[in-house]
Parts: sequence; C-alpha cells; structure tokens
Amino acid sequence: MNFVKTRLAASAAFLLMGTLSLSAADLKIGVKSEPSSLDPQFHVLVPNMQVTFAMFDPLVMMDPKLVPKPALAENWKPTSDTVWEFALRKDAKFSDGSPLTADDVVFTFDRIPKVPNSPTAFTLFTRQIAKVEAADAHTVRITTKQPYPLLVTDIANLPILSKAAASGPAAEGKTTVEFNRGEGLVGTGPFKFVSWQKGADLVLERNPNYWGKPAAWDKVIYRPMTNPAARAAALLSGDIDMMEDPPTTDLEQFKTNPKLSVAEAPGTRIVYIALDQKGEPSPGIPGQGNKNPLMDKRVREALSLSIDRKAIAERVMGGVAVATGDLLPEPMFGAVKARQAAPAVDTAKAKALLAEAGYPNGFQITLGTPNGRYVNDARVAQTIAAMWTRAGVKAEVAAAAPPVFFKSRDNFEYSAYLAAWGNSTGEMSTTLRSLVGTREPSKGSGTSNGGRYSNPELDALLDKASATMDDKARKELLQKADEMVLSDYGIIPVHFEVPVWALRKGLTYAARADQYTLPQDVASAK
Amino acid sequence: MPVFIINRLFQAFGVILVMSVLVFVGLYLIGDPTSMLVSPEATEIERQALRKALGLDQSIWVQYLTFLGNAAQGDFGRSFLTGQPALQLIIERMPATVELVIVAMTFSVLVGVPLGILAGLRPKAPSSKAIMTGSILGFSLPNFWIGLMLIMLFAVYLGVLPASARGETVSVGPVALSILTIDGWQHLALPALTLGLAKAALMIRVTRAATREVLPMDYIKFARAKGLRPSRILNVHLLKNILIPIITVAGLEFGQAIAFAVVTESVFSWPGMGKLLIDSIITLDRPVVVAYLIMMVFFLVILNLVVDILYMAIDPSAREKVRD
Repeated sequence: MNFVKTRLAASAAFLLMGTLSLSAADLKIGVKSEPSSLDPQFHVLVPNMQVTFAMFDPLVMMDPKLVPKPALAENWKPTSDTVWEFALRKDAKFSDGSPLTADDVVFTFDRIPKVPNSPTAFTLFTRQIAKVEAADAHTVRITTKQPYPLLVTDIANLPILSKAAASGPAAEGKTTVEFNRGEGLVGTGPFKFVSWQKGADLVLERNPNYWGKPAAWDKVIYRPMTNPAARAAALLSGDIDMMEDPPTTDLEQFKTNPKLSVAEAPGTRIVYIALDQKGEPSPGIPGQGNKNPLMDKRVREALSLSIDRKAIAERVMGGVAVATGDLLPEPMFGAVKARQAAPAVDTAKAKALLAEAGYPNGFQITLGTPNGRYVNDARVAQTIAAMWTRAGVKAEVAAAAPPVFFKSRDNFEYSAYLAAWGNSTGEMSTTLRSLVGTREPSKGSGTSNGGRYSNPELDALLDKASATMDDKARKELLQKADEMVLSDYGIIPVHFEVPVWALRKGLTYAARADQYTLPQDVASAK
Repeated sequence: MPVFIINRLFQAFGVILVMSVLVFVGLYLIGDPTSMLVSPEATEIERQALRKALGLDQSIWVQYLTFLGNAAQGDFGRSFLTGQPALQLIIERMPATVELVIVAMTFSVLVGVPLGILAGLRPKAPSSKAIMTGSILGFSLPNFWIGLMLIMLFAVYLGVLPASARGETVSVGPVALSILTIDGWQHLALPALTLGLAKAALMIRVTRAATREVLPMDYIKFARAKGLRPSRILNVHLLKNILIPIITVAGLEFGQAIAFAVVTESVFSWPGMGKLLIDSIITLDRPVVVAYLIMMVFFLVILNLVVDILYMAIDPSAREKVRD
C-alpha cells in the first residue's frame, strides 16, 4: 500500500514537473540560416531582419499582409510634398527602461550610412531622405529629396536603436563586432537579447518593459538548421516547436499529421520568365541567322500560352505556389484583379501564333535557371521547357549554381531565364522598376531586367507614379503600367511562392508575406 | 629527424601556395560575390561602392598579392558576409568539430579494432562473417541516410535522444566543450555514432586484413611453440605488429573527418566548421574559403607528420630508413 502511495506521489510530482516545465513557455525555432550579424543596420537580409524585429521596433511596421501599421509612430502625415511628421508613442520604453525620444530616431538614421563593410546597406531605404530632425521630444520630421510616396514603406525596414546604448567611440557608435557580442542591443521590441553562439543557438527573452501586449514566450531560441530534412526530424521529435520552409515533398504528410500544424502566408515572391528583347540576334537561339524571334510579341504570347501554370503549382511545387498572371498578389498596391488568375493553357493557339509569326516549325531556345536559389527552381524550368517543346519551341534547360547563374544573367548570356523577385514593400513600383524598367543601373532602374525589355511609355508612367503623392491616383498609374507590360508579354509571370511554416499542434503563426519568422506572432491556441 | 620535419613544413608551404592560387582563380571564375550579397534593388553606384569596400574592384592578381602580403602577417582577411576576421570565424567553430571527430574516432577504434581482430583470428566462424557483413553495410550506406535513420529511431520514435544542436557547453579557457556535461553527451551521441559507424567499418576491415597477414608469421608460430599464453601472443606479438596500418588509416581518417564532417554536421545542425565552409562556398565568401582550406592543408600536413613520428616509435625499421 505504502509502495503504491509513494508511486502515486512520485508520478504526481513528475506530472507537476511536466506541467511546470511546460508553463515556462519557451519557443524553439528551426531557421534556415542564422543572421550574418546582430547589428540591426548591417545587412538587409531576411535572417537578420527577423531577429532584429523581435528586439527592435520600426516607426511603422508592416503587418503580415504587408500593410503599414503604427508601431513606434502613433500616426504620421505629410505636412508638405517633401516633409513628413511622425508622432512617437509616449509610452514606448527601451528594454533598459529608458524612454524613447525623437533623439533616438535621429541617431538611428545618422548611423545607417556610417556602418562599414555592409554587404547590403540600409541606405537602400534612406536614398530619398534629405534630412531627419527632432521637431520636439516626441515628433520626428523627415524631409525627402523630392516628393516620395514610398517613404512609409521604406522606413518600415528601419529598426530604431537607443542612442544611449548604441553610441560609442567609433564613427558609427557601437561597431558591428560589438553588436555581435550583444553590446548595444537595446530595443523597444517584445524581446531582448540573452546570448548568441555563432552557428548555434541565438537566445532572446521577454522584454518586461515592452510597450505593447507582453510577449507570450519567456524565451525564444533561434536554431540555424540548414538541412530541411534535419529541421523536419527535429520538429517531429519535439526538439523544436516551429520550423521554416518544410520540404515540399513532406508537406502533405505534415498537414495530415495530428501532432503538427502548417501555416501559409500569401506569397509575394513572383517566379517569372524573362525573355531577351534587346535586339538581334539572341545568344541562346541558334539557327535563326540574325533574327531574334522573341522580338515578336506573338512569339512571346505563344510562350506564355503554352505554360500550364496550374499543373506546375500543384505538381512541381507541391501546392506551395499560387499560379498567376500578375506580378503582385491582390489586394496589394498596384495589383490588377483581372490578371490574378493564371491564364488558361492553350497549346493549339500557341502553335497558331508561332506559325503566324513565321515560325511554323518553331525554333530552338535555351532556358537558363539557377539551381537551388528558389523553391524547386530547376524542376520548374524543366517543366516549362517541356511545355514549350510541346508547343513547338524546342527548349533546353541550362541549370547553374546560383553565383554562376547570376554571372551569366548579368552578362546577358541567356535568351530566356527563370528567376524570382521578392517584393518586401507590398507595392508594385519597385517590382516594375527593377524587372522591366529600362536598364539604367546608375538610376536603380532595370537592375534585374536581364531581358532588357525597354518601353519608354512604361518608364514615363513609373516616373509619374513615383512623384504622385495621392494614393488613389498612384494606384491607378501603377495598375496601368502593370497592365501595359503584361499585355505586351514583356515578362511572363509563372507563380507566387507561398512561404510555409510547420509548427507543433497547438501553436498558430500569423504567417507573413515577407517570410520573416517573428516570435511575437506565434501564439498558443488555448 | 629535425631535417625531416623542416622538409615537411616546406612542402606544406608549397602546397598552401598552390592551393591558394587555385582557390582564388576558381572562385573568381565562378562569379562576382557582390551579385550574391547585394540586394537586387541596389543601384550600380551602390554595387560599385561595395566592390570597392571589399577590394573586388582591383584585378585578380592585385587582389591575390594583397592577400599574400596580409596572410604573411597572419591576417587572412575579413568575411565578405559578416565583416568578421575569417580566421576568427573558423576558430570559433573549430572546437565543436574537433570534439565530434575525436569522439567518433575513439568510438570507431574501440569498436573496430577488437571486432577486426576477432574476425581475423577465426575467419570461418559465423560470428566473423556477421562482423564482415555488418562492416560492408557500415561503409556502403550513405552517411546522411544513417544520420536521418538514427534521428527517426532515437529522437522521433523512442524520444530518448535529441535530434539537433550541441547541447550545454562548459567553457575551458576560450574553448567551449560539450563533453563535460550529460546534456552535451546526449547531443553528441547520434552525430558521433553516425560519423563513427563508417569509420568503425573501415577499422574492422583494416584490422582483419592485418591480423590475417601477421598470424602465419614465424614469430607468432615461435611464440606459440614456446608455449606462451594466447592472451600474451595477442596483446604483445600480434597487436604491436598490426598497429602500423591501423595508425595510418586512423590518422588519415581523422584528418578527413575534421576537414569534411560537413554531411553529419548539417544533418544534425552541429555548429561545426564544415557547415561554415559549404555556406561560404555558396555565397562566394572567398576570405573564409581560402583561410579554411589553408588551415586544413596545414592541419593535414601536421597530422601526417605525427603519424610518421608514431611509426618510428613503433617500428624500428622505419627509424632506420630516416637515418639512411
């Protein structure tokens, strides 16, 4: 009897311990890669940004669908065409307890251009800013170089640092190396820094001074796990609570597994085919003499018509893609509703168009693709090549490791290539300007336009849109520009990649279109 | 003897020099690191600024000579990606790999040598045949598959061992070690087993072959005829003579594993330096790749040297050769 009692007591104690360790809520996340640095202003890169935004807040934060929402700025308004005023929250405090003031914001903007060796500098988001000043303790005034409607989406990428904590003897204050050691990592965000061991766990804990709703997690652990199978195994064994990018082949099984749940975000990364339209001839199309068939709109239309986008999204992408005919999903800014659905595949019409353009027997073409840069990229390209071949255009795939692919693309060695564009602003103008704007690298126009599509009318529309402050008018201009490119088949959209997370049962994630994994948006469903 | 060591070191520098040229030219031919680093939205001015900051605007030979000059002073450059000194990045990750490999190699020697001797002593017995079949499986199954199967078995179904990461570490001076904690051993168990199994299979085969070769020798027969105890024959006469091939193979395998434990490391998310090398190659982070390979060449040369010195300690005839 005694024995039974002790056993009972022991198991009760065990149960209690079990519940206790559960109530100490920790969240372990298996991430694809670790940040290249903890310096919030070092590198514009998803693994860095998602860690930064757990500890730091921007003035304006994008919500999961990329709509700007107030964060440290309660409200904002343009006071003239080039001047904006941001009113700061008065209750916002840094994790060390000190209050947020306009000086911290000014310091933050000052530091950005001073950070040395940055692989992708945050000046990307401050190009248009002429001046940042403190109007009073809780008002920040930002002056742009010219009327600039995208200021709000740009500053949503800029985490606000603490002037007191991030100052230092170096020109930039605390250096990147110091930040990597955890010094100066004082933000207003829901979590604060605990420790980081390179290549292993990055640990954060709840920030008791957070101005918003206190975070649900005592501790958050980011664990870099580059191998997708290893992430999946760790999630199945309970080693981690959440993983980024489950392998597409396992996804069906994950969705039916009673111990797991899956979260999907609207995708904003558009996978597209670019076609060489620079002139004649084109390097990847042999046997056509000096002619480049892609200069003919009918040929481009035929290539688009012969792609079965739905089949690719379902079978090659395992359902983590949305087939589309547009460059940005609805209801994001500038997307065209009528273009959202994938155009129906019509091989017969494609063949007729090719014959009409003078290629009744088709032609040969090489389709370039990176291998391993985007989800199933080479397999998607192979499928498209097979579809083109069925329509009469004998396509061969040239798959290359990403650095080799980008080098070849930048040297214009492809007649057609598959690539993808991640839109982090939820707004059409950056996409159009980079992908189909006339190539003028010094102006930042056409930076990813490897097909060298050029349409002066389109450039004029984009210029006009970027100087239009009225949202409604700008939206119409962008929709018009989008429609213009797509009906000219200047670029061929294929599908949006859908960012996916897998979590243990009982957790939910407000999946973000920008692919950030933010612990504050992970909730226990209880 | 000192002449022998100095010769070896000179050879090492030669190898390092040739290798660094190859890596430099190779990575240069693959592509432009800035295209991997910079945001696709960046303007040409921003790209140029980055190229200049990283020194990539110079010609490849100027870049190489600058590198040689700095390397001579112990500076291997900063990682393009993180901005940190390349050498520091590698050294930070080194203890994890070395620890993993030492445990795996110890396991493989402790398991492989006794099993190999067993199989060599009685080659016809069913137990020996079982050992040999097992060893074939051991080194023909791919490493990552064994790793994933072990995870499925021990972490997912049985739930007794963790599937990833390094576990609790204790700092000994600047080095963080996980072999000093129970949690650390739990985390170490599966990756070390994965890495160790294939090595153990190899040790079995080497030991068996050596045993079979030594057994018919006159000195073993003589020892038997003299009426020595079988245990003495085994421990002294046999073991001493089969040690040379075992040390050779163990030494080479140890170096191999240190430099290229990457498969095991990525399956178990082990924060070692193998993963660093692969990541750096993908992002064309040349300073890290070059520094890593230089360290590894150096390390392998030293390791070979140690193996040779061990030979001389064990085998008098090797000592004679050097003296000639």
